[in-house]
Amino acid sequence: MHNKSRTRSHPIIVFLFPALAAMLLAFATGALYAGEALKNVSFIPHWSPQAQFAGYYVAFEKGIYRKYGINLDIKMGGPHSVPVDLLEKGEADFGTVWLSTAIQKRSQGVRLVNIAQIVQRSALMLVAKKGRGIARPEDINGKKVGLWRDEFRLQPMAFFKKFDLHVKIIPQSYSVNLFLRDGVDVASAMWYNEYHTIISSGVNPDELTSFFFHEYGLNFPEDGIYTLEHNFKKNPAGACNFAKASIEGWLYAFKHPEEALDIVLKYMTTANVPANRVHQRWMLSRMKDLVLPEDDKSITAGTLTKQDYLRVAGELRRNGLIGQEPAFDDFYKECVKYAEK
Amino acid sequence: MLRNKGIAFKLVLLFTLSSACIFAAIFTYNYFVSRQMIEKEIKENAGNLIMTTTNRIEAMLSAVQKVPENIAYFLENSTNDEQELFQVLYAIVENNPEIYGAAIAFEPYGFKKDKEFFAPYFYKAFGAMNFKYLDKHYNYFLWDWYQIPREIEKPQWIEPYFGEGGGIIMSSYSVPFYKKVGGKRRIAGVIVVDISLKSLRDIVSSIKILKSGYGFLISKNGTFVTHPLKEFIMNETIFTIAEARDDVKLRDVGRKMIKGEQGIAPMWVKSAVTGKSCWMAYVPIQSSGWSLGVLFPQDELMEDITSLNQIVLFLGITGIILLGVAVVFIAGSITGPLRHMAKATEHIGSGNFDIELPPVKTGDEVGKLSEAFSFMKESLKEYIRELTEATASKERMESELKIAHDIQMSILPKTFPPYPERTEFDIYATIKPAREIGGDFYDFFFTDDEHLCFVIADVSGKGIPAALFMALTKTLIKAKATMGLTTDNIISRVNEDLCIGNDMSMFVTVFCGILNVKTGEVQYTNAGHNPPLLIKRNGDVAYLEKSGELLVGVMEGVQYTARRIMLGRNESLFLYTDGVTEAMNERDELFSEERLKKELSKDQERTVDQVIHAVMREMAEFTGSTPQSDDITMMMITYKGSL
Repeated sequence: MHNKSRTRSHPIIVFLFPALAAMLLAFATGALYAGEALKNVSFIPHWSPQAQFAGYYVAFEKGIYRKYGINLDIKMGGPHSVPVDLLEKGEADFGTVWLSTAIQKRSQGVRLVNIAQIVQRSALMLVAKKGRGIARPEDINGKKVGLWRDEFRLQPMAFFKKFDLHVKIIPQSYSVNLFLRDGVDVASAMWYNEYHTIISSGVNPDELTSFFFHEYGLNFPEDGIYTLEHNFKKNPAGACNFAKASIEGWLYAFKHPEEALDIVLKYMTTANVPANRVHQRWMLSRMKDLVLPEDDKSITAGTLTKQDYLRVAGELRRNGLIGQEPAFDDFYKECVKYAEK
Repeated sequence: MLRNKGIAFKLVLLFTLSSACIFAAIFTYNYFVSRQMIEKEIKENAGNLIMTTTNRIEAMLSAVQKVPENIAYFLENSTNDEQELFQVLYAIVENNPEIYGAAIAFEPYGFKKDKEFFAPYFYKAFGAMNFKYLDKHYNYFLWDWYQIPREIEKPQWIEPYFGEGGGIIMSSYSVPFYKKVGGKRRIAGVIVVDISLKSLRDIVSSIKILKSGYGFLISKNGTFVTHPLKEFIMNETIFTIAEARDDVKLRDVGRKMIKGEQGIAPMWVKSAVTGKSCWMAYVPIQSSGWSLGVLFPQDELMEDITSLNQIVLFLGITGIILLGVAVVFIAGSITGPLRHMAKATEHIGSGNFDIELPPVKTGDEVGKLSEAFSFMKESLKEYIRELTEATASKERMESELKIAHDIQMSILPKTFPPYPERTEFDIYATIKPAREIGGDFYDFFFTDDEHLCFVIADVSGKGIPAALFMALTKTLIKAKATMGLTTDNIISRVNEDLCIGNDMSMFVTVFCGILNVKTGEVQYTNAGHNPPLLIKRNGDVAYLEKSGELLVGVMEGVQYTARRIMLGRNESLFLYTDGVTEAMNERDELFSEERLKKELSKDQERTVDQVIHAVMREMAEFTGSTPQSDDITMMMITYKGSL
């Protein structure tokens, strides 16, 4: 009995800025920092190594962080290393956190700031077998639905409410085996992970009905880069350099997927995590869809829009998970504003 | 293109091509049939092997399955006595070597009203029996082994997993158990037993097919439970391999496998170990929903047949080469002499009969042809020699004939005018023999001072006999005429003489006349000759009347008669042989007496020679290219009158 899982969250800090500008600035800053002493910085991803974090490993391996004057230490993520905890304790300077988690943590008093919103779209989805008679949201009514806990329930619950669905919720564990063996009709899945696990267990995509929340007005951006507010204030440019370098790493990974996979698999092997290249390739290409959605040109890599922020915060408030919505400007630090200082 | 190639080339090409086709057909048939035979054998062997293996696995799994199934049955009717549960669990783990651990997990508050979690768990570790409660930290309600049988209410083998401490692959068999609450049978919990899959893996790993064939086991999700490649185990599914290889067919086979189907995927499955093409047989493990796959490397299966086929192929190709050589040799033995003969023919054609022919070595068609050719050469040589001789003798004869012609011509008076001092008459004559020497002749001479004897004659036949007869006749006539005889007597006597010893039955027509140059009187005898034309001074032209007298030399004792006409001043006699009037043109028309008469009527002022030449031209015009068939002789006398 084994498996993956998702993320906890905490609030605050932001940044927005165009990918191209990031690339251009990257070279400029690279030169700028060439002669200076590198700054020691640590980073904690919210899960063990996998392509979900390819951008950071690639940026590190390709020397992009050093180019930005950062001597980075990537800490091993996993179920026992929760980024928000490490940030709070000062054991890490930067970490990845889900937006909904971060907003909750911020409202609970952890002064997180978002300096880059990496994942623009929800990878969280519901998946069902067509063979069980589910083709549209209405078909879910009265069915057994496997749901994860906490923030993984926000969107599904809002979705059920939206379509007035009454379902039997089954707590979903770490595997999708219950779904595969028809113990539930609908399962939660991360698009880049469990969905492919289902495909890799012999179910064909055309046998599945997929419900992507962003298609139903329930887009919750997920992974973002966070630091503590006082750290950010001490050195906004340094924080933003980390964000920029990370984005540059992502862009490089998308452009050179096989090289990125080699890097990711190397980290997975080191971490003694089962490493399946096909699965990681799927994950990386889905990450590209989530970080740089091709069908929406208005999205800029690394940017958190106020609209997305308010949607998530509002949903949290309505569910009583936060009292008041933290101010957007306090929560998100748009890195373009802090460049080169 | 092929048409101009040599026989040898065509033979070699056709023989080798056709034998190669035959060989290819035999080879292909042989290959496919032997392959089918081997495939059939493989299927049988594979069937046996797979059957044995799956039976062993099934036996092992079903033995394990019975344990929790029995407990479920027992629990349904038992009271929740903790001590009793412990004893049962302990006994299960203790007494079943293949069972690594066992737990009885109750639904929340199902064992006791105050206990959300109740799941005693006995397990073997470090060679000893251990015990623990699975509690809220472990939260067994969320684990597959609990959740799946609970939700689908059926016993289940759950997906294999790495046991604690890693390394050992385990699987669990979970059976839901029920209790009656208020008359209703409701699910009360799940019994689970953990087993190590080591012995199962050993069974599958022991499958060795030829050199590199192997067996593997996949779980219900397609995950590799056993595989020769360690990195596949628990990390890859048959579907991720299919995706990595972009192999849709492999994915389809994988789906069949996890659906519990049985079958054989031919040839296109690639061995993960060697990359070789393999046959893959797959068969379900019914009790757990897993599937056993066995790979048979195609080339190793076909090794014997491949090497056999290589030898057959080698033999075949060698055979075709040898055949080719033999055909070249045979073709050479045919075409060699033929080429030699063709060359010899060229030489013979150019007259060299002494060329050596290839010696006849064989008795076959070529030998016979060569023999016949040799015979032909000798015959030709002989014939040509004879022909040369004949030609030489003909040439000699021709030259002799020429001489004879010259002599014949020389005995006819050729000088015109013959008597320039005589003004009383003009005379002209010409002869044109049809062949070298002819049978016509003419003659004229004075018998005395006043009388001119003139003769025209036509001997039957032509050539030398006619010429000799003509010479004889001419001599006789001249001899008789000079004796002063009259023309009837001359002809009669000549007839007598010619009839003597005329065994050849030759004859001659003669017109003999004697002109008295003083008076213009002409005494004549016509012995069967064409009647001459009399050309009067006033331009009238007429034939003398026909004599009706016999030819000379036909019959003895014939009496001829003499006739007389008077030639006036400038009146003429025109004598000719039938070669003139019977000359023919292309349309087989005769020149005819009419045409002759017409020609002579034309102009009265011409001299004798002009008239004769004019007739000659007219005839030439008439006959055109038609060859002359008879001697042409003409003579004309014009009386001028005496002083």
